[in-house]
Amino acid sequence: MIRPHRTHALWLAFILHRLSGIGLALFLPVHFYMLSLALTDPDQLDGFLAFTDLLLVKCAEFGLVFLLAVHMFGGLRLMALEFLPWSPRQKSYAATAVALAFFVSTGFFLQAV
Amino acid sequence: MLTLRLYFAQRLTALIMAPLTLGHLAVMIYAVQGGLSVAEILARTQGSVAWFLFYGGFVVAVAVHAAIGLRVVVSEWLGVRGIALSVFSLVVLATLLLLGGRAVWAVTFAGGGL
Repeated sequence: MIRPHRTHALWLAFILHRLSGIGLALFLPVHFYMLSLALTDPDQLDGFLAFTDLLLVKCAEFGLVFLLAVHMFGGLRLMALEFLPWSPRQKSYAATAVALAFFVSTGFFLQAV
Repeated sequence: MLTLRLYFAQRLTALIMAPLTLGHLAVMIYAVQGGLSVAEILARTQGSVAWFLFYGGFVVAVAVHAAIGLRVVVSEWLGVRGIALSVFSLVVLATLLLLGGRAVWAVTFAGGGL
């Protein structure tokens, strides 16, 4: 059974922020390692960049861009919640963060394919 | 006291990264058009003090931010405490600083652009 607080929109906002943060933190070392191949093995990096042309990889990149955008917009919402006077529109802000992240990552995807 | 300082460091790095992230998203959407190549990336970044500062600052901020964020997660979800928690945070910080710094160096000044 799902515990009651876990059906609340702001709990979903919390868990989305946390999971996107963990995902980004796991992705970063790989991202940094691949970029440093520009120095140590440019041919391998070019090979990898060609691999990113695959549609499946583009879809994964869409996911990564979404994680980055939703973590940023969600983080701004969180700081507004902490530092600005309380507003009853917190659920709307959380929904807006997800919508903006979807908008940005879709924009990326459309340019990428 | 440490927790309070980490809390503010987490918020400060978040505020620093908000505009940097928007910039990074814009660069990604622009750069990904027509596919990516090493030559294309280096043509944009090599020898550029501005990109070095932009991404160098980004790496420092994200290393601090991620180390504190993961510290909270392993503390709350895995129950890690004390010295082990501090060692974990410092390893995350050092790893991201090292790998990130190397990546920024690789695409800016490593090729003798400075």
